[in-house]
Amino acid sequence: MGQVVLKGINKFFDAVHAVKDVNLQIRDKEFVVFVGPSGCGKTTTLRMIAGLETISSGDISIDGNVVNELAPMDRDIAMVFQNYALYPHMSVYDNMAFGLKMRKFEKPEIDKRVLEAADILGIGELLKRRPRQLSGGQRQRVALGRAIVRHPRVFLFDEPLSNLDAKLRVQMRVELKKLHQRLGTTAIYVTHDQVEAMTLGDRVVVMKDGVVQQVGEPLELYNQPANRFVAGFIGSPAMNFAAVTVIEANGSLFAENSGLRIMLPDETAQRLRSHVGRLVTLGVRPEDLIVADTADPDHPCFDAVVEVVEQLGSEILLDMKVGEGVMVASVEPTVRVKVRDKLRVAIRPSRLHVFDAKTEAAI
Amino acid sequence: MIEGARWRTWVFFYVPMVLFLLFLLFPFYWMVITSVRPDGELYRPWNSVNYNPFWTWKPTWDHVRYLFEETLFASWLWNTTFIALASTAISLVCGVFAGYALSRLNFPFAGSLGTGIFITYLVPQTLLFIPLAEIIRNYRLGDTPWSLILTYPTFLIPFCTWLMMGYFKAVPKELEECARIDGASRWQAMLYIVIPVAIPGILSAGIFAFTLSWNEFIYALVFLSSPEQKTVPVGVTSELIRGDVFYWGPLMAGALLGSIPVAIAYSFFVEHYVAGLTGSVKG
Repeated sequence: MGQVVLKGINKFFDAVHAVKDVNLQIRDKEFVVFVGPSGCGKTTTLRMIAGLETISSGDISIDGNVVNELAPMDRDIAMVFQNYALYPHMSVYDNMAFGLKMRKFEKPEIDKRVLEAADILGIGELLKRRPRQLSGGQRQRVALGRAIVRHPRVFLFDEPLSNLDAKLRVQMRVELKKLHQRLGTTAIYVTHDQVEAMTLGDRVVVMKDGVVQQVGEPLELYNQPANRFVAGFIGSPAMNFAAVTVIEANGSLFAENSGLRIMLPDETAQRLRSHVGRLVTLGVRPEDLIVADTADPDHPCFDAVVEVVEQLGSEILLDMKVGEGVMVASVEPTVRVKVRDKLRVAIRPSRLHVFDAKTEAAI
Repeated sequence: MIEGARWRTWVFFYVPMVLFLLFLLFPFYWMVITSVRPDGELYRPWNSVNYNPFWTWKPTWDHVRYLFEETLFASWLWNTTFIALASTAISLVCGVFAGYALSRLNFPFAGSLGTGIFITYLVPQTLLFIPLAEIIRNYRLGDTPWSLILTYPTFLIPFCTWLMMGYFKAVPKELEECARIDGASRWQAMLYIVIPVAIPGILSAGIFAFTLSWNEFIYALVFLSSPEQKTVPVGVTSELIRGDVFYWGPLMAGALLGSIPVAIAYSFFVEHYVAGLTGSVKG
């Protein structure tokens, strides 16, 4: 069992309120990812779960037992660090066996567990080597092996893939996911990379400035972001935002700013009835902007001038000037477009997001 | 132009390097030559015939024999080794634990305590030997090796602590945190993880402490009186300089043989010493 419950967790570093009132229930066998920009409190929260930081207020329970006062080694957790933290003076075998030796396991049992973990991770031939003789990916595997042999209730990962090159990172991501499927142990993963969050997490916790912004499954965060921060953080290229005023004309609602005037589709108009005359922020993802002549006639449209064309092969990214603002569209690779072309761009109506201009919450 | 580069390498690199080497190694050369030169050549004026200060055609072992048979040089070597090793051991143990505590444990005034410890290193021995002599007398430790083994740490411990503090700061905290999550207590984490990783730093602190004790002069001069108890620096200068008569041959032989142990220690550990000074730990 590996159920973790965070209740009212706060952390102060002198006067700095680093983690503000975090409440979360992590189910057994779940893979939860904490994601957010640097300084948002995700690593501090992880370290509090591990017992490496004291908790200013609130409770952390693992399987129903409050662990606030328990030392890290008594919480039955294993942690993988960003820079692997392998013991440089010990061989790979000894690195993996260290935790078991400290807990006075018998030699045959230690041997069995180390060889089993080495087998799962494919590092069997590296057991006699020292960390300095290994590549980054191999070191990462050894760090994982060291965590696996402990058979803990919860795995904690602190940005384990950040030190790897891009290609290796993609490979290790897939391996981590397979590992989790195989071992079925609860995992709490911290990263600043939203791609890792989306691909690895059963549920994702987005944090900013110590506050949890939204908790949900990856697609839920993608399609129904709770506020402008989550909307802009999840998804790459990022969502386009435009500050607009809601106006009423001829019984319909329009969103207007210096660069565009679009009629709001029914589902959006319903939510904005009370915002007539006020500023709101429109949000639309790059892949939901399409070249108008291929779109339905009832799609809202606006004019734009192409500034930069980025050919990716599978898609084309267009940086466009819309009035005084800039928007990025992701279009099919077959679209023929040049710099300085004037385009008519359509928005998929069901994919229009609106956020309050002041609170930034989704409307 | 290739020719231009070649003369530059010679003028700005090879020649200065050779001059520097000569400058550094000349004292050893002089000591060797003086040790094997017969008395007749040592004590003649510079304008005598066949005068060659840099070479001798009649080397002799007389001075070395004199050193070992007519003086207590062997006892001095033993005393100095014993005292240096004992004070180094005491200082290293204290320095490692103090350095660990000051760099890892957050307690009030840790920073000022660390600076304070280092400042005591700057108090000169020439100032302290008088009050220390009083203490040595009161405890009746005078003329025993213990008078030095217990007073050398007064300047060895501050330096070792400061060196180890700097070195421990360079050991990543994650190593210990990982060890603690793995099940090690703080004591076990220090013993099995931090100290083995810090061995280069400990070696360099040890070599430095050994050298400082070996070469120390004033405490040894003041606290030791009988010839059997003396250390090499004190013995060689007090027994081989009688009034205004300098027994140059044995004196240089004594100085040479007295500097060899330290040179050997350095040559074996020089890589670790440099790594310890720069404090680089990766992985």
